[in-house]
Amino acid sequence: MKNIEFRTATSAQGGLIVMAGVPGVAAGSRVQIKDHAGNLRNGLVIRSADDAVLVEVFEGTDELDLERTWVRFLDEPFRLPVSRDILGRVFNGAGLARDGRPPIISADRRDVNGEPLNPAARAYPREFIQTGISAIDGMNSLTRGQKLPVFSGGGLPHNRVAAQIVRQAKLLGEESSEFVVVFAAFGASHADARFFQESFEESGVLNKVVMFLNLADEPVIERLLTPRAALTAAEYLAFDLDYHVLVVMTDMTAYAEALREVAVLRGDVPARKGYPGYLYSDLAEIYERAGRIKNRRGSITLIPVLSMPSDDITHPIPDLTGYITEGQIVLGRELSNQGVYPPVSVLPSLSRLMKDGIGKNFTREDHPHVASQLFASYAKALEVRGLAAIIGAEELSDADRRYLRFAEAFERRFIGQGEDEDRSVFETLNIAWDLLSMLPPEALIRVSEEELAKYHKGGVGSV
Amino acid sequence: MGKILEVNGPLVKLELPETVIGEQVRVGRIGLVGEVIGRDGETALAQLYEDTAGLKPGEVAEGLGWPLSVELGPGLLNAIFDGVQRPLNAVWEQSGDRIARGVAVPSLPRDKRWHFVPDPHRRAETPLAGGDVLGTVQETESILHRILTPPLVHGELLELAPEGDYTVDEVIGRVKRHDGRIEKLHLFHRWPVRTPRPFKHRDHAVKPLITGQRILDTFYPLLKGGKAAIPGPFGAGKTMLQQQIARWCNAEIVIYVGCGERGNELTDVLEFMPELKDPHTGRPLMERTLLVANTSNMPVVAREASIYVGITLAEYFRDQGYDVVMVADSTSRWAEALREVAGRLGQMPVEEGYPAYLGSRLAAFYERAGRVETLSGDHGSVTLIGAVSPPGGDFSEPVTSHTKEIIQTFWALSKELADARHYPAVDWLESFSGYVPSAAKWWAENVDPGWETARAEALDLLAESEELQRIVNLVGVEALSSEQRWTLESAGLIKEGLLQQAATDDTDSFASPEKQYALLAALLEIHRQGMKLVKLGASARRLIQMPLLAQARRWKSQHKSEDLAALKDKIARIPAEFEQIALDYAQSGPAA
Repeated sequence: MKNIEFRTATSAQGGLIVMAGVPGVAAGSRVQIKDHAGNLRNGLVIRSADDAVLVEVFEGTDELDLERTWVRFLDEPFRLPVSRDILGRVFNGAGLARDGRPPIISADRRDVNGEPLNPAARAYPREFIQTGISAIDGMNSLTRGQKLPVFSGGGLPHNRVAAQIVRQAKLLGEESSEFVVVFAAFGASHADARFFQESFEESGVLNKVVMFLNLADEPVIERLLTPRAALTAAEYLAFDLDYHVLVVMTDMTAYAEALREVAVLRGDVPARKGYPGYLYSDLAEIYERAGRIKNRRGSITLIPVLSMPSDDITHPIPDLTGYITEGQIVLGRELSNQGVYPPVSVLPSLSRLMKDGIGKNFTREDHPHVASQLFASYAKALEVRGLAAIIGAEELSDADRRYLRFAEAFERRFIGQGEDEDRSVFETLNIAWDLLSMLPPEALIRVSEEELAKYHKGGVGSV
Repeated sequence: MGKILEVNGPLVKLELPETVIGEQVRVGRIGLVGEVIGRDGETALAQLYEDTAGLKPGEVAEGLGWPLSVELGPGLLNAIFDGVQRPLNAVWEQSGDRIARGVAVPSLPRDKRWHFVPDPHRRAETPLAGGDVLGTVQETESILHRILTPPLVHGELLELAPEGDYTVDEVIGRVKRHDGRIEKLHLFHRWPVRTPRPFKHRDHAVKPLITGQRILDTFYPLLKGGKAAIPGPFGAGKTMLQQQIARWCNAEIVIYVGCGERGNELTDVLEFMPELKDPHTGRPLMERTLLVANTSNMPVVAREASIYVGITLAEYFRDQGYDVVMVADSTSRWAEALREVAGRLGQMPVEEGYPAYLGSRLAAFYERAGRVETLSGDHGSVTLIGAVSPPGGDFSEPVTSHTKEIIQTFWALSKELADARHYPAVDWLESFSGYVPSAAKWWAENVDPGWETARAEALDLLAESEELQRIVNLVGVEALSSEQRWTLESAGLIKEGLLQQAATDDTDSFASPEKQYALLAALLEIHRQGMKLVKLGASARRLIQMPLLAQARRWKSQHKSEDLAALKDKIARIPAEFEQIALDYAQSGPAA
């Protein structure tokens, strides 16, 4: 079957071809298509019946005809050859080398779709990862094995934030990062891809990075494979070679749009905004591949970046992502416009696994309460700021004006930091207490009285 | 034997005459299992519980002759099953970290022997009816498993095994049915998940389910045998709240169905549950807990089935006379699974792509909750708590709006509250409970007759403060009268001192009804005392600076439920604190 070329296409349009008279084709099997010019294209069987087989062509059906199109059914799913040599290499979205170096030769070729992890085999992520970014470490901390997306918007510095996390991420007490990085870009611009490549080069980690690139001008349908190929590589590195793998993927919005494009071609019933009803399941297949496994040393920590269309967090892509991932880091346009970097909007941001990775024995005993107090005080401060915008700051009470100053200082000193500034979590907590000391102790009910006695700088305005 | 004609995602078209809709089928060389959802001529359409990649037209298919059923007997508790009741620990042993396709493992362990004690009232040659208790097995230290006659078996008991150790496969008795057929009895029986288990009749729900969460128990109570929904956008704390309920509620059995949710959350439950003690019995929580897990990356059709597997297990323990709570997280993922299959069948979508039967399926599912008199004359209940995950937090979407019409208790989670880290982020204005009158009776008899009035007073205060807050947001707090400012302050006190409850705070994670009421009464007392002074002309500004207000906000985490004496002392001193101010005020005059 693998070696037979069929020339039985009965229709071709919109990225799909229908093949007749090919019995017994496996669903999900990989297909190779040779067009009239002799060029090879890749495809996937999406529906298989005895009389008609529906094939999705990654490179599209432009310039295909029915008479001179030869199709081979490879009778296997898409597989990625894996070996230690993938470190330092650059592949395209389907896992073929694109760095001009020889292809990976390995007998170990893995189905890129993976298999669902047994929930009973999972180990709960508990190890605090220090990213050196206060807004993350202090208030939305990341743990090893977590999936924590960055929700962003056009023009916001999500790439710089993601690159900073990659450069600085380490476990507490470790000298330098012992992570390897799997980086996948789909629908990204050449400039974005180059930015990451240069950032990895500068920090000298290039030989610890595997890249999968499907850029904005490359086949759309290949984007559906790109995150899967990347995660297959990550699973191999984590669970076969015991590495701690940090996976950064950008941009999930481009992925979902590719999925929608294919769904429309197939005639799937649309659910919200034209996205197919299975968008949730499909995203989950990707995100849920992050994690830890009992009795295995390695881990996969996943940071998908997605741009929210018109900054709308209720758009199906961020919305469904938020339901699957363990929190989200939200970047805010207003902060960014005020020149705050990284512009992390802390209130809508969240890390679900934070509670189990911080505090005594992990970071510092006051960490959980400090985080909770910062959230409460900043939320209150924003309320006051809203009020001040209406009635004017002069009309505010002294207590309220103190909150205004707190908000300002919090945004500048706690959230804001340098792109190369790598703060330890203790520095982060100390800054937090400096700021909380701007507020009177009785306004701080989320921290305990002992913590107030130990850390509060007493009364008003140490800043 | 039939064969595969077509493969389309999770749906396969089979040449398989004489199958019944709902029947289980085994398909392909690797033996994937699924169920028939339609017939057309000689062909049958089936949805498979596992990924269909690699399946080819022409491969074999066979009907198994029974609908999707669960095994009911000892070995259920303490277990974690997937959406079609495969025990995930056994699957792990057999197929490794990843769930291989076509794995077949029996739901209940076949090699384990259980100590069976026959019911002393059962005698040979006496009539036996469906649901009758044959005997008991002490399954865990806190749960006595009653071995039930399968509901549809009626006849004469021929013999019943003596006390001893048996596996679930061994015959423990025989029944001669009315039609003369002899039926063997085992420690377990099977029941089809899509058919509700029979009972004698429905009863009124009378007792509240105590969850230890003040916003739930005190403000929006749920009864044992009731139906509740927890809708909320992502990040609003839905999962935490459900885990708190699963941890602390005073049900005897808790069934947690993770339907299309995160894998790590289940791991969290699996890891922390065994360490925790049931506050009501002192035994490890896992002994009364059963998990059904179909995480979001597991196949979608099994996700649809998992909810029914869960509710059938719940009904089975109800039939043994237990109060069961089933938490379904999340019904939205179940509805989406329904939508996905409907879409592939080409059924006409109505709202947001959902099929027209969404509402009736949801209603039929929630109707399986209730407090009943069981076939054996006992009382048992199934309380159903469904999480809803509305897209974009929009409560007008189809799943939320249909659910809202069906349930009686609505715990609406709010993104705004969660963003301000006010947990549990249950919105006190959007939530409702239809069970307040019944719950009031219980609180009056068991805690304090003042409960219903106090609850209403606190809710009024909260509603009023919401109005006032709107004014403040427009023109600032200075525009309010002293009385209004005090109301605002008291509402803040209730929000922070009563409604906020940190799951991670050991002292306050669970609050007994007594503690809940003591705090409620205390904060209302502060409000009333202050209001009295304000009405006499005292300035609210002065009152707001009282240290008592900051102290009262901490009471909840300073006093354990088991030891309320110190709290009651503090409460008794409230009037004195205000008297001091009244005194100062009388001396220095109204200008203060």
